[in-house]
Amino acid sequence: MCFHSPGSSSSARVTVAVFPGLFSGWDSGSALAHCQLKKDSSGAGLCPVPLFLGSKSLSPAHTPSNRGHGPPTYPEACGNIWNSFDEEFLETQEQLKKLQEEGHLMFQQVPMVEMDGMKLVQTRCILHYIADKHHLFGKNLKERTMIDMYVEGTLDLLETLIMHPFLKPADQKKDLVAMAHKAIALYFPVFEKVLRCSGENFLVGNQLSLADVILLQTILAMEERIPTVLSAFPYLQDYTSRLSEIPTIKRFLEPGSKKKPPPDEQYVKTVYEVFLS
Amino acid sequence: MGKPVLHYFNGRGRMESIRWLLAAAGVEFEEKFIESPEDLDKLKNDGSLMFQQVPMVEIDGMKLVQSRAILNYIATKYNLYGKDAKERVLIDMYTEGVADLGEMLMTLPLTPSDQREAKIALIKDRTKNRYLVAFEKVLKSHGQDYLVGNRLSRADIHMVELLYYIEELDASLLAGFPLLQALKTRISNLPNVKKFLQPGSQRKPPLDEKAIEEARKIFRF
Repeated sequence: MCFHSPGSSSSARVTVAVFPGLFSGWDSGSALAHCQLKKDSSGAGLCPVPLFLGSKSLSPAHTPSNRGHGPPTYPEACGNIWNSFDEEFLETQEQLKKLQEEGHLMFQQVPMVEMDGMKLVQTRCILHYIADKHHLFGKNLKERTMIDMYVEGTLDLLETLIMHPFLKPADQKKDLVAMAHKAIALYFPVFEKVLRCSGENFLVGNQLSLADVILLQTILAMEERIPTVLSAFPYLQDYTSRLSEIPTIKRFLEPGSKKKPPPDEQYVKTVYEVFLS
Repeated sequence: MGKPVLHYFNGRGRMESIRWLLAAAGVEFEEKFIESPEDLDKLKNDGSLMFQQVPMVEIDGMKLVQSRAILNYIATKYNLYGKDAKERVLIDMYTEGVADLGEMLMTLPLTPSDQREAKIALIKDRTKNRYLVAFEKVLKSHGQDYLVGNRLSRADIHMVELLYYIEELDASLLAGFPLLQALKTRISNLPNVKKFLQPGSQRKPPLDEKAIEEARKIFRF
C-alpha cells in the first residue's frame, strides 16, 4: 500500500518503508528490527508509525537486545520546501523479507527512507540528513553540536517511552513513575533552563532546529501518558504551545495528518505476532 | 586552548570510540578517571554534566556530553566527516551500523550468565550475516581503500575499532571478509593509529570482572 498525502506536488518522494508494528528495533533471532504498528485512527487498519527510538540496547534483563529508533515525521513536517511524503507500509513478514532479499535495507532493518536517490537507513542518519537539508541543524558547528547534545539527551528519554508498551502490565506502572521522574528530574530542567536563560522561542540559535522537533515530539508523547508532566515547567509549557502553532507543525498535529496515534494493546499484540511468532 | 580532557572511568565503555577518533586524528588528550561514586557526584554537583552523565569531554571551551555529539564534533573539526552531505549520510549510516553491533558487544559482559551463550550466538550471527557482509559489500562496490569518498573518515576508524573487538570475541568471524581485513591492516598502519595500538597508549583493555564491579559501584547499577 502506498499512501500519498493530498496535493503532493513535490519532486522529492520520500518512501518510508516501515513495518506495521512497533518501531522497536528488536534484534532477536528471528525478528526483524524496526517495525511499527498503529491502528489507523479511522479504524481502517494498521498503519505504520515512523517513530524514532533511541539506539541504546536495553539492559540485559530485557531480551532480545532491543533498540528502537524512529524519526518523528516532524522534520518532514517542518520542512518548508515540502511537507508531503509517501508511506509504504509493510504489513507482512513476507513484504519485509522481500525488501531484505532485494537488498534495499543495508542492515536488513527498517525504517528506510528513499530520498534523493538514496535508500537511507538508521534513524539518526535519516534525521540528520533531513535536518541538514532543511536547515534545522543550526548555523555553525557550535550550534550543531548543541543541537546534537539536546537531541541525543531527548532521544534517551523518548526511548523509554517507546519501549514502555512492551513491558509486562505489572511493570508498566513502575516504569511510568521512573520515566516521569527521569523527565522531571533530569531532562526537562535542562531545557527549561535553556529557554529561561535565553528568553528565546527555540532551543538553539533563535530558530527552529531538530532539537525543538525531537523535544516537542517527546513532550507530546509524554503528556499522552502523564498529562501533568510539564506542570513544573512554565517555559516548556509556553514553548510547547508556541511550537505547536508553527503552521507546518500545526498541520501535522491535526487529525488526518500522518502523525500516528499512541500505541495501544492491539498494536503490541500485532508486533509480537508479526515479529516473534 | 589546552588539550581535550576526557572524563570517564578507566575503561572502554562509551568513551573508547572517542579515544580512538582523537588518536587517529593525531590529537593528544588528557584523561580524568572517575574512580569512586564521589568523583561522579562532584562532576554532577559542579554542573559539568548536562544530563548528569558521562562521557563528558572538555574541548574548545565546551563541556560536551553524549558520545555521538562528541564524536560528531571531533569528526567535523578534524575533517573526518566527508566533504558534503551525501558523504556525511553514508558515513552516518555505516557509523550507526557499527555502533549497533558495538553496543551488543559492549553490553555482553553485563549479560547475566544464563543468557550469555544465547547472546554470544546472536552477536556472532549478526556480525557475519548482517554487518560484516554489508560493509564488505561497500568496499567491494567501489574497490577503494576507504569506506567513503576515497579518503580516511571516521567511518574507517569506527569500523576498524569494531573489527578489533570482533577479533577479540572470535577471530574466525573475520574469515571470508578479505576487504575488511585489508582495511583493518591499512588503517592500523597509519602512524597515529599504529601508535595508539601499541602498549602504553591510552587505549583501554577489555573489561574484566574486577573492572565491571568497579563500574557498578561508581555508576550504581
